[in-house]
Amino acid sequence: MKPPARAPRQKMPEQSAEERVKNFREVPYGYPPETAKIEAARCLQCKTAPCRQGCPVEVRIPEFIRKIREGDFAEANRIIKGDNALPAVCGRVCPQEDQCEKLCVLAKKGESVAIGRLERFAADYGLAQAPETPPPAAPTGRRVAVVGAGPAGLTCAGDLARLGHEVTIFEAFHAPGGVLVYGIPEFRLPKAIVQAEVDALKRAGVKIELNAVIGKVETIDELLAEGFDAVFIGTGAGLPNFMGIPGENLGGVYSANEYLTRSNLMKAYRFPDFDTPIIRSRRVAVVGGGNVAMDAARTALRLGAEEVRLVYRRSREEMPARIEEIHHAEEEGVRFELLTNPIEILGDDQGRTRGMRCLRMKLGEPDASGRRRPVPMPGSEFEVELDTVIIAIGNTPNPLIPSTTPDLKVGSHGTIVADKETGLTSKARVFAGGDIVTGAATVIEAMGAGKRAARAIHAQLMGG
Amino acid sequence: MFAIKKKRLIAPKVVLMEVLAPKIARKRRAGQFVILRVNDTGERFPLTIADSDAEAGTITIIFQIAGKSTALLAALNEGEAIQDVVGPLGRPTHIEKVGHVVCIGGGVGIAPVYPILRAMKEIGNRVTSIISARSKDLLILEEEMRAHSDDLKVATDDGSHGFKGFPTQILQGMMNGGERIDLVVAVGPVPLMRAVCEVTRPRGIPTVVSLNPIMVDGTGMCGGCRVSVGGKTQFVCVDGPEFDGHQVDFDLLSKRLRTYADLERASAEAHKCKIGAG
Repeated sequence: MKPPARAPRQKMPEQSAEERVKNFREVPYGYPPETAKIEAARCLQCKTAPCRQGCPVEVRIPEFIRKIREGDFAEANRIIKGDNALPAVCGRVCPQEDQCEKLCVLAKKGESVAIGRLERFAADYGLAQAPETPPPAAPTGRRVAVVGAGPAGLTCAGDLARLGHEVTIFEAFHAPGGVLVYGIPEFRLPKAIVQAEVDALKRAGVKIELNAVIGKVETIDELLAEGFDAVFIGTGAGLPNFMGIPGENLGGVYSANEYLTRSNLMKAYRFPDFDTPIIRSRRVAVVGGGNVAMDAARTALRLGAEEVRLVYRRSREEMPARIEEIHHAEEEGVRFELLTNPIEILGDDQGRTRGMRCLRMKLGEPDASGRRRPVPMPGSEFEVELDTVIIAIGNTPNPLIPSTTPDLKVGSHGTIVADKETGLTSKARVFAGGDIVTGAATVIEAMGAGKRAARAIHAQLMGG
Repeated sequence: MFAIKKKRLIAPKVVLMEVLAPKIARKRRAGQFVILRVNDTGERFPLTIADSDAEAGTITIIFQIAGKSTALLAALNEGEAIQDVVGPLGRPTHIEKVGHVVCIGGGVGIAPVYPILRAMKEIGNRVTSIISARSKDLLILEEEMRAHSDDLKVATDDGSHGFKGFPTQILQGMMNGGERIDLVVAVGPVPLMRAVCEVTRPRGIPTVVSLNPIMVDGTGMCGGCRVSVGGKTQFVCVDGPEFDGHQVDFDLLSKRLRTYADLERASAEAHKCKIGAG
C-alpha cells in the first residue's frame, strides 16, 4: 500500500497564555476529529512498529492509529485500552518525546507522528461515549490487595480484575488517583478524567478502600493473614527533600508536594468555598527544574502571583522537565533563573519569608548522573525579594511500609527492592512497583511496573 | 463515612465525640492521632485519639470549637457522619516504667494527655497529673484523670478551682520540695509546653511534648508539619507527634502555626455570616 501524502505534524489548539494564566482549566483542547484523521494519516504503519518498543505498556500504536484514520474512534480506544488502563491520562502526561515518538521513523526527519495527541483523542472519544463494561472474567477465587491508588496501583488492579481476580485497593487519601489527583494540576490533567478512569476500574469490579494507611491501620503481614493471596505495593513518593539551607522552615516555604496538594487535591485555589487555605503570594521562587517545579510555578501564577521565578542550579539543557512543560511555563511568564543556587531563605521578625540569597553557578565536569556538575562562582551572591518559596527537588520513599514489614528488603535510598521484570520483593507473595521502587519517575513508568507485576502475580496465583 | 455514635458538650465550646471507626479503634495506641475531613469541601486536620473501645469499634475525639472546620464538626449530631477519618497516625507514645511520671495537660490539651497517663499508669509508673484551664467551667476530664492518677492537681488562671496560677508553678513547687520526678509529659498550648520545658531543663528532667502543627496529609508526604528538633528538621506526622521538649524550637513552631491566621479568621467569619443569614 502506498502511503498517503504526508501533512505536517498537526498542532493541538490550546488556550492562549494570557487567558489560561487566569484560570485552572486545561490548556490544550485536544484534536477535533478531522485533525486527528489528518495526523493519523501521517503514520507509515511500519510493520516493525518501533514506537511500541518505546512504550512502557506496549500499546499497539500503529493499529489504533489506523483505526483513527478509518474514522473508527471507538475501536481505536478499545485497542489502546487493551494495554493501557489510563489512556486519557497518558495521552496528557506521558513524555512521548522520550518514548514512542522518539522511536517513530518520521522522527528522524524531525516530525514524528503525534502519538500522544492521538492517544488522547481516542481516549477522550471513549470517555465521552456511554461506558463499556468489559465482559466479566471467570472469577479465579484469588484475592489481591493493592496498596496505593496511584498510576502503578490502578494499572495493576485493572489488569488483575480483568483476569478474574478479586482486587481491593487501599488508598491513604480520601480520593483515589495518587499523584494524578494530588500532584498534577487541573490545567494539565482535569480531575474529571481521573475520576472517569477510576470509575471504569470500579465497573470492572475493583474495590477501593479510602482512608486506609497501610503500615498503620493494617500491616502487609496482616493483609496476607486475612486472606489476600498477594499484595502489590505502589505507594509512590514520600517525604519531600529540602536543601538543608537556613530559613527553610520559615512561614511561606512550601515543599512542592504541600503546595500542589493544597491546590489540587484540597482545591485551595477555590478558597474560601473550599476550606483549605494557601498563601496568595505576590513574589514566588520555585526551586528545581523538573515537571513538578513547572507545575508549582504555573499554579502560583494562576493563584495570582505577580512574579514567579524558577531557580535551577544547572542550565536549561539539564532540566528534567518535559520540553512542552518548560515551553508552557515560559509562555505564561515564569522567569527562569538558570545556573542559580539558593543558599539562604531570609525571614522577617514574624517568621515569614521575605527573600532568598543565591549564588550564580557555572557548569564543571560531569557528575555521577552524567550531567555537568554546577560549581558556584565566587563573589556572585545576590538577594531577591520574595514572599513564597516552593521547593521542588524530589522526594525520598515513604517509610511507613518498610518500617512495619521487617522482612521487606530496602535499598540504600529507602526504596523497596523488587525484581525489574516481575516486581517481586524479598518477601513471598509481595510485589512492588512505581516510585517506591525506582525513586521519582514518570506516571507511565509506574504504570508499566504495575502491569508487569500484574502479569507476574497472575502467573503465580494460577500456577500455584 | 464515619458515624457519630455519641456527642457531648463537656465544657463551653469543647465537644467529645465517639466515632465508629472499628479498624482504627482496634489498632490505635496512646499518643496517636487521626486526620478528619468533615465534608467534601472540608480541610484535613488532625485530632488526637483520646480513647477507644475496640469492642464497640469506636474512637473518642475531643476538640475545641476554634475555627470553621471544628465548628462544622461540632455541628454534626449523633446519627450523622464525618466524611473522612484516617488513622491511627503518628508514632505511639514510648511507654516505659521509669518511676514517677508527671503528666501535664493544659486546656483542651488534657484530652491527648489522658491516654498517655493511662498507659503510663498501666505499665506500673507512679503518676501525678497536673491539669489546668482558664477557669473551672473550662476544665475537662477531671474525674477521668483523677481515676487513673496517683495524685491529681488542678490549676486555674482565675483560681475558680484548685491552685490559682499556672501548672508550671505546681511543677516547680514539687521540684523545690525535693520530689523525685523521672519523666514529664506536657501537652497543651505552645506557651505552656515551652514553659514546662524551661522549668525541667535546669534539672535535666526528661520532658516529652506532643506537637500539633499545621498538617495536610498526615502520612509523610507533604512536609507541611515540619518542626526543628535539636537543629534537625523533623516531620511531626511520621517522626512525632512526641518529641524531646528540650530540643524543640517552640518559637519556630508558633510562627509556623500563624501562617494562615488571617485566611482562617476570614473563613470562620464568612462561615458565621452564612449561618447567621441562613
